[in-house]
Amino acid sequence: MLLLAVDTATPAVTVALHDGSSVLAEESQVDARRHGELLLPAVDRVLAGAGLKPDAVTDVIVGVGPGPYTGLRVGLVTALTLGSALGVPVRGLCTLDGLAYASGAGSPFVVATDARRKEVYWARYADARTRLTEPAVDRPADIAEAVAGLPAVGAGALLYPGTFPDARGPEHQSAAALASLAAERLASGGEFLPALPLYLRRPDAQVPKNYKVVTPK
Amino acid sequence: MADEPLVLGIETSCDETGVGIVRGTTLLADAIASSVDEHARYGGVVPEVASRAHLEAMVPTIERALKEAGVSARDLDGIAVTAGPGLAGALLVGVSAAKTYAYALGKPLYGVNHLASHICVDQLEHGRLPEPTMALLVSGGHSSLLLAPDITADVRPMGATIDDAAGEAFDKIARVLQLGFPGGPVIDRLAREGDPSAIAFPRGLTGPRDAPYDFSFSGLKTSVARWIEAKRNAGEEVPVRDVAASFQEAVVDVLTRKAVRACKDEGVDHLMIGGGVAANSRLRALAQERCERAGIRLRVPRPGLCTDNGAMVAALGAEMVARNRPASDWELSADSSLPVTEPHVPGQTHDHQHQHQYPHDHDHVHEVAKDNLYS
Ligand SMILES: [Zn+2]
Repeated sequence: MLLLAVDTATPAVTVALHDGSSVLAEESQVDARRHGELLLPAVDRVLAGAGLKPDAVTDVIVGVGPGPYTGLRVGLVTALTLGSALGVPVRGLCTLDGLAYASGAGSPFVVATDARRKEVYWARYADARTRLTEPAVDRPADIAEAVAGLPAVGAGALLYPGTFPDARGPEHQSAAALASLAAERLASGGEFLPALPLYLRRPDAQVPKNYKVVTPK
Repeated sequence: MADEPLVLGIETSCDETGVGIVRGTTLLADAIASSVDEHARYGGVVPEVASRAHLEAMVPTIERALKEAGVSARDLDGIAVTAGPGLAGALLVGVSAAKTYAYALGKPLYGVNHLASHICVDQLEHGRLPEPTMALLVSGGHSSLLLAPDITADVRPMGATIDDAAGEAFDKIARVLQLGFPGGPVIDRLAREGDPSAIAFPRGLTGPRDAPYDFSFSGLKTSVARWIEAKRNAGEEVPVRDVAASFQEAVVDVLTRKAVRACKDEGVDHLMIGGGVAANSRLRALAQERCERAGIRLRVPRPGLCTDNGAMVAALGAEMVARNRPASDWELSADSSLPVTEPHVPGQTHDHQHQHQYPHDHDHVHEVAKDNLYS
């Protein structure tokens, strides 16, 4: 078994390889604007670093968000295309679940990532493996009551100390955590999400003034 | 024939997810998924809606194209993709897919220019392009006059629109006439029953001191809208067919006049017309008439190849392979304003000469740039 996990739903462009018992290689770069440029070279380095070729991959795991759309889609289309080219399954995991797993927490807490526009993507957890709520997007002030008294992990928590006074690491998503969670779920027959993006917001239905004009003025 | 390059091309610069497969200059498959219906209710292409649709359609469209062509992905000689220009988020889906596909299969990747692809697609219809070729590209996103001595390496901008694209003007007039989106086909249809000389709408940038090859459709658009408004305000019925015919005549008159003039001035005896507006029946007819008179051979691909599609990207990719152009590297970025003078984006590791022309993080710089890079 060789799991390749990717996640681009947060500013981290993160890739990991897992053989079912441990992480073989991983790489993460934090750059919210260059997911498209960074992801495939990272996949290449991670595989080459482990001395493996792409066709050794047996399962593709992808973080399906929620996350800012442009970056999120890079990971998803990469995972889906890889799955199609190699003829292997592509399984989705909630990005917030990866952060929760990485926290190793044993008691209730919150995961929050930056949704931009002064909002966070967030969910509540009973422990590192158990999510209690559906991922949602909200203004921090609007969820202050729902998360009161709970420790919080993720960059979204660190950004809004007013709502998340007990914010802590990990700040960024790690594909190694996502891969480890996936390996556990595969072994226990647990469920995955379809490899489809969790946008949570409807698209901005605004036609740009000069739509289709490819040389912006 | 079998030793000609077999290339798969991916196009996602606007609202069509296109995957084409060609062998040399032979079209094997042209699979398209369009999100145009989703945009219709907004009256224009919504970038986020387009990007979402590209992600959904990407893999199914690749698989459909391979099936249609009856080839195995293993036999491909390369993967080509539109690297720009276009909508940044939409391009990114195609570029990411193409990279991954090429990487997983161990094939070279060619990031190519959308405009050069629009020209090169004619090879699938009329055989090898003469060198040089003059090309008039007209669509909702571009109105350019280009001289292409070598479609893989040397494309020179002669002129471009200084405001609206031609297709955009069609959409806007259709909106004023409440004919829906997109406006091109419906105006073309109504115009056939109207009088093109009924109303003398202005021909932009055709004065003796105006740039000879640039276009302007903004003044025309305003003039048509005002004319319609005046009729409505006077309580008179708007003669929709005559307006459509007269507006369309003004657009195609300027386009063909300038294109033929560019051919004559440059001593080029071939004119290629591409882009979505090339499907317009009056543009084709008038171009044919004027080219014949000037002794110029007109090449217009069938309408399905004029609009955005994957086959055109594959056609240019196959030419890149055939001429041994350097491949792109895995860092290839989507460049929303890739200049027309760059028919493809060679990798830095392959070609050090280009090292300074392709900085990695220039994407958003172009997004806010005020310059029209075509002019
Ligand atoms: Zn186009």
